Formats: sequence, structure tokens, C-alpha cells
Amino acid sequence: MNKTHNQKAWFFVIPVFILVAFNAVVPLMTVVNYSFQETFGSNVFAWEGTRWFKEILHSERFHASLGRQFIFTFIILLIQLPLGIAIALTMPKKGWGVPVCLILMSMPLLIPWNVVGAMWNIFALPEIGFLGNTLNSLGFDYNFTQQSGDAWFTTILMDVWHWTSLVVLLSYAGLNSIQPAYYQAAEIDGASRWDIFRYIELPKMKKVLTLAILLRFMDSFMIYTEPFVLTGGGPGNATNFLSLDLVKMALGQFDLGPAAAMSLIYFLIVLLICWVFYSLMMKDEGRT
Amino acid sequence: MKKIKWVVPTFYIIFLMLPIYWLLNMSFKSTTEIINVYSLWPQDFTLDNYKTIFTDSTWYMGYVNSIMYTVFNTIISVSAALPAAYAFSRYKFLGDKHLFFWLLTNRMAPPAVFALPFFQFYSSVNLFDTHIAIALSHCLFNIPLAVWILEGFMSAVPKELDETAYVDGYSFPKFFFKIFIPTIAAGIGITMFFCFMFSWVELLLAKTLTATMAKPIAAIMTRTSSTSGYELGLLAAAGSLTIIPGAIVIYFVRNYIAKGFAMGRV
Repeated sequence: MNKTHNQKAWFFVIPVFILVAFNAVVPLMTVVNYSFQETFGSNVFAWEGTRWFKEILHSERFHASLGRQFIFTFIILLIQLPLGIAIALTMPKKGWGVPVCLILMSMPLLIPWNVVGAMWNIFALPEIGFLGNTLNSLGFDYNFTQQSGDAWFTTILMDVWHWTSLVVLLSYAGLNSIQPAYYQAAEIDGASRWDIFRYIELPKMKKVLTLAILLRFMDSFMIYTEPFVLTGGGPGNATNFLSLDLVKMALGQFDLGPAAAMSLIYFLIVLLICWVFYSLMMKDEGRT
Repeated sequence: MKKIKWVVPTFYIIFLMLPIYWLLNMSFKSTTEIINVYSLWPQDFTLDNYKTIFTDSTWYMGYVNSIMYTVFNTIISVSAALPAAYAFSRYKFLGDKHLFFWLLTNRMAPPAVFALPFFQFYSSVNLFDTHIAIALSHCLFNIPLAVWILEGFMSAVPKELDETAYVDGYSFPKFFFKIFIPTIAAGIGITMFFCFMFSWVELLLAKTLTATMAKPIAAIMTRTSSTSGYELGLLAAAGSLTIIPGAIVIYFVRNYIAKGFAMGRV
């Protein structure tokens, strides 16, 4: 669509601008402020320059939680995207099955995040939970509160449970927007099922899949509540992801300076990766 | 091929329902039964957990609080985002692209980063522990989202609609409320669904910004489980009840979910 130049359009944006600025600029400046200072309790501050940034960037603790975070997000994307696409491809296209699938699959998305954590905690407990009990009676030595491998397995399974539906819904919408004529043409050309997927469905889903990757990346990189309730970052530091570590540092130990510096580095990483995705997406839509 | 197709979604749905079933199962048991007997359904069916929640005001007020700030937030987000999305979809103006990306960056900000400054900020403006504080703080991620979805829907409406209306002598407000808003009603519905969803499920900020008066149900759950020696039955009942508002909302928008996603926006 060709848009007209109109500077008065700013008036329409003002309410949004004020509301978001109120929430974003003041708190962000507070964080920036802390990140350059040392606090001595009751509102006494001393200038520290870039000391906290240097410390964080060189601290093993930060490297470890950042590493865990990247591995977690990577595994999540690797499982959820193919699984979500596969489910969307096999979902019914019409009839009573459509609303049933849509409603049941959307359910996990609307459960408060700490309830998700609590629910999985109860579900996976070795003695009284269905998952834990079943695995143990099958002969696996499963206990997510004590073995870090099991803790990872449970956290990932929980996230797959929680968010795969988002990928399903997005892919399903992308598939629905394909005109039947494409399939008819493919049939005439004698295309195999794989060819149809590779040359018709996948390109048509490109836009929604980029969006799915973007959203899943952002949200899994910021994950806090669910692992906090499920494992509390443990056992030890096994599932201590970035947000968990950050909140521990800021609210638990009141190391405001280092925590603020870490916040900014964290935010910049998310921003950078999302900016790359966003540019790719906008280029696709042809409006750079 | 046709016959085995339903297997994948069916198994997926079973996988989705299992933990939910387990939660419901637990909510109808007493805590002693949960700890001592492992069973796939309640042996000694009881509604005591639900009774506790519905008779104790510290419990049920949690639900009222959660629903209040979620509704506030949905109203604020959508009504602020409507004119802004219109501006982004129809006009070019100074800094529009930068502004759009800046809005989105706030959707990308980890809430953990903002928890402490939000606490200090809302305390200093005397809004701490009010519903409006949570509603406003959730605008941080819901307004960018609302602008983004609505802009997608509005851009799909041809500009000729606006021009015809002006030729017919409509003023801008009359056009906007009488013609434009009804045209994108489905889009507004989807937007409200997502605002509701993200405000309803968020806990970190809601918990940080409240003490007693506006405490969300999700936060009450975490507190109770730690102080009164892990009352699993009660926890399960409270958790089960938090699923209901979401399920109701999904039921109303079920026909629009796929269509809304089809706009390529979330």
C-alpha cells in the first residue's frame, strides 16, 4: 500500500508513545544508572564506570548461565518447529475436528506460567506424579529434583508441552492460506508428497515460520517463571537460566550494580538477534 | 495414508491433556491421599479443596484481582493501540519505522530486567499494590503486540474505503467509529484475545508490584505452597481454576484464532 506523508499522524501515536515510554524509559534509565554505580545500602551511590560490565563479561557464572540459555533455546527450537509443522500438516482441514483441535491445543497457552510449572512439578514427581511414577516403574532411575539430566529433560518436555501449540497454530494458519489451485497443479504435474511440502507448503509458510522462530526465540530466551517453579534452577545450577540467575543476583543478593550491568548485556543480546530476524522478516514483506 | 493421519494430532492432544488431567485428579484428593496413595483417579473423592478456595477471601480475591487487572490492561492496550495502528498502516511520518521497532523492542525486553526498577518506580508514584499498576506495567509488552496485530489487520483493508467515506462526507471520527472499527472487528477480537492471554499468564511483574490488595491468584499460590507445608490438594484445585477463564476466552474466539494467525501476525 502506498502511504501518504502526514506528520499529524504523530497525534495518533502519542497515547501509545506515552504509555510505553512511561513503562520503558524510566525503568531502563534506572537500570543504566545502577550499572555504573556501587550502592552502599541506603541510597549512597559511588561512580564505578564500566567496572561491572567488565566483571560480568569475564565472570564464569555469567558465561555458564548464558551457555545454558543458548543450549536450552536451541534445543527448544529444534524440537518445537519440526513437531509443530508436522502436527499442523496432519490436522483436519474441515469438519468438527477443527474447532476441537484448535481449542484443546490452545489450552496450554492460556494457563498462567507458574501454574504450568506447578502442574509439571506435580506431574513429574518421582513418587506421586504420573510421569515420574511411570518412568520409575518402567525401570528408569528418574528424579528431576536430584539429577541434572532429568531436570533438563523435564524442563524441555514442559516447554514443548507449553509452546508447541503456538507453532502449530501459526503453521496451520499459513497452510490454510494456500489456494487449492496450487495443490491441483501439483497433482497434474505428478508431484510427490515431499515435493508438495518442499516447493509449495514450506515457501508459503515462510512468513509465519519466521514469526514462530522469532517469538519462540524471544520467549524461551526470557524464560523465568516455569523453571523457577519447577526446579528453582536446580539441582545445583543445572537449570539456572539467564533470567533466574539475574533475579537471584538482583533481588536475592541485592548486587544492584552487577545485576544491572548483566540486565543490559542480556537485553542487548536479545535485541541484536531479534533485530536480525526482524530485518529479514520486513525484507520479505517488501517494506524494509 | 488418509487413515493414519489423525494419529499425530491425537497423540499430541493426549500428551497435552495428561498433565492437566493429573492436576484435576489431584484437586479432588486430600493432601494425605496425594502423598500416601498413588492412583490414577481419586479413591476418596472430595470437594474440600474447592470449598476452601471459595470460602476464604484471601483465595478467591486472588481470582478477582487477576481478572480485574487483565481486563483493565486489555481495555487500555487496545484503545491506545487502535489510533496508533491506524497511523502506522495509513501514513508515513517522521521516525515511523524507528518508532515501530522501538515499540517491538519492549516486547523483547526480559521482564526479569524490569522487575526491580518497576518496583521502585511504581512505589515512588504511589501506585504500588494497585490493579492499575499491574495493568499499566503489562502495557509494556501488550501495547507493542496490539499495535503489531492491529496494523496487520488494518493494512489488509483497502485505502479506498477511507477515501470513499470522506467523499461521502464522513468526518474522521465518524468514519473511524462507524465504518472502520466494524470493518476490522475480527481483528480487534483477536487483539483482545492476545492481550488477555499475555496479561493473564504473566506473573513476575504482577507479583513484584503487589503486596496484599491486588495480589494475583498465581502469586497467592506460590506463597501458600511455601508457608503452609505444601498443601498439594489446595494448590492443584487453585491451579485447575486458573485454567477456566482461558478456556472460556478460547471458546469465544475459536473461529477467529486461525484467521487471526493467517494475517501473519501474532
